[in-house]
Amino acid sequence: MLERFTTIRGRAVPLRGEDIDTDRIIPARFMKVLTFEGLGQYLFYDERFDEKGQPKPHPLNDPRYQGASILLVEAGFGSGSSREHAPQAIKRAGFRTIIGESFAEIFFGNATAIGLPCVILSPEDLAVLFQAVEEDPSLEVEVDLVNKEVRFGGRVAPLFIPEEAREALVAGLWDPIGELLQAGELLDEFDRRLPYPRRSE
Amino acid sequence: MGKTLYEKVWEAHEVRKLRSGQSQLFIDLHLLHEVTSPQAFGMLRDLGLKVRYPHRTFATVDHIVPTHDRTEPFQDPLAQSMLEALRQNTREHGITFFDLGSGNQGIVHVIGPQLGLTQPGMTIACGDSHTSTHGAFGAVAFGIGTSQVRDVLATQTLAAQKLKVRRINIEGKLSPGVYAKDVILHIIRHLGVKGGLGYAYEYGGSAVEAMDMESRMTLCNMSIEGGARIGYVNPDETTFAYLEGRHYSPKGAEWEEAKRRWRSFASDPDAHYDDVVTFRAEDIPPTVTWGINPGQAVPIDGRIPLLEELSLEERPVAEEALAYMGLRPGQPIKGVPIQVAFIGSCTNARLSDLREVARFLKGHKVKKGVRALVVPGSEWVAKKAEEEGIAEIFQEAGFEWRNPGCSMCLAMNPDRLEGDELAASSSNRNYKGRMGSPRGRTVLMSPLMVAAAAVAGEIADAREVFGIGR
Repeated sequence: MLERFTTIRGRAVPLRGEDIDTDRIIPARFMKVLTFEGLGQYLFYDERFDEKGQPKPHPLNDPRYQGASILLVEAGFGSGSSREHAPQAIKRAGFRTIIGESFAEIFFGNATAIGLPCVILSPEDLAVLFQAVEEDPSLEVEVDLVNKEVRFGGRVAPLFIPEEAREALVAGLWDPIGELLQAGELLDEFDRRLPYPRRSE
Repeated sequence: MGKTLYEKVWEAHEVRKLRSGQSQLFIDLHLLHEVTSPQAFGMLRDLGLKVRYPHRTFATVDHIVPTHDRTEPFQDPLAQSMLEALRQNTREHGITFFDLGSGNQGIVHVIGPQLGLTQPGMTIACGDSHTSTHGAFGAVAFGIGTSQVRDVLATQTLAAQKLKVRRINIEGKLSPGVYAKDVILHIIRHLGVKGGLGYAYEYGGSAVEAMDMESRMTLCNMSIEGGARIGYVNPDETTFAYLEGRHYSPKGAEWEEAKRRWRSFASDPDAHYDDVVTFRAEDIPPTVTWGINPGQAVPIDGRIPLLEELSLEERPVAEEALAYMGLRPGQPIKGVPIQVAFIGSCTNARLSDLREVARFLKGHKVKKGVRALVVPGSEWVAKKAEEEGIAEIFQEAGFEWRNPGCSMCLAMNPDRLEGDELAASSSNRNYKGRMGSPRGRTVLMSPLMVAAAAVAGEIADAREVFGIGR
């Protein structure tokens, strides 16, 4: 049985910047791997470490945000390469959900399919949340996928997420493989009917 | 009310609705490469599943391939292990693999069309965002993540959400020295890197209809940089002429039948679009980027925008871009010195790209101090270019002629920028660190503009360097 995502509680790391692409989330050189294990350590590597491997000032290196499980981002997060390595690295670094203003399609799909919900707040609510978390890194944030709201510091902000993704996350159906397999012989019918590249010598 | 190609292809491939409300979509053609597939095969093994229809999957190796010396084992053991994993996985599951030296190895989005694997009306998926390239043939083609690669291997389907369709018309005639690459950079510059979120882009209008297939591929390739997961062009006689006689194209009686079927997928004249945008071809200049995303672009004779000319939302990214690129607001982009010139990638490493550059480059020399390389898109492109004397023209000009692969575009192989080198590049992404150095800088442009920059040693107007259109 897959995890059902109803309410996720935790502290948040504010990561400012628009259009953060997947090359930044995980640089291509760390993708020379046969499994996703251990990718968490390379999350935002080039932004967190200099060329000698020394830490640079970055929210993820900030001791006040250690142990946070919510990633706070701005608009256009996850653009670029389709690499699932990006949401995998975020998940494996200990994050359970991402709150932002908008997400790139493929990134959103990849994240949902591995059980990493990405939810959207209005730009106004997101700005308030960023400020609140920057002022008080110990602030507890609640992402409630059932009632479709984010709660923090006595405030309640409506969250947006495509309904299909929300239902899948809440019902524990976010990994579709089981349901896809159930199509069984229906698939064979499509395979027989739809042409495919055939070498005809 | 008529239907768009996107709707028709979707309806023909929708297996059923899923409980989540998404659709289960049948995928006609699945393309694999070495970077995003090993974990998918691992998941299959963990679940005890097999590849359901191996005849619908084709694989090649492109991202990690050294382009200088391809002798095995590679110097990089990690790269070698990825190649071995793909060999093993394709062998075990009965999947056709275009290995190094097969004559058909190359960038996955170059070889699909070249072999006739890519056909109109198909759904095509690959664990690579530039799968949008195949939309040039009137296919619905899109990039997927590794868990979805697993889904397609196991079921030949995936869970998908229907997109809206935006029609983008390019009307008129492109000026001399202006290419599909300039068109797509122009589109992204105006619609933004998030402009395509939620949309499939349908490209049309007289300028697109006049384009050859390779130009249409360049156009569709960068749809993803505009935020659209899918870009396509309706199939027409140009499409059919390109496909006729290709290795995997239908033949004989099947050919006529296939054409009839393919034609039926084209958008109806009265199709409904969720949005329509029109650009005039004559307004499109050679366009280059100045920033850290493909939307930060200007005409070659333009200036980098002043911050006050940008919207409030654009300013923080612009400031970040200027600091990273070492450029000033208001500075002309022309004349910025380059250290590296790269012609390659799934955007612009096809034979027609190399032919067009060679036509003008002949007799010119790369400026001293510039490291210039050409990486053909496939073994077939390399062979043809060598036979036609194109390779020789590049080499005489001072370009290094390399073996096919993705190369410096994302630098998973040994080709990369050093320090804060600035590259004029025909690739598709200018993100921070994209070309392998955390401080490396990329300026995107058409292949001919890369050649002009190589010759001038700085960002230059190819029309001036090569005397085009005067």
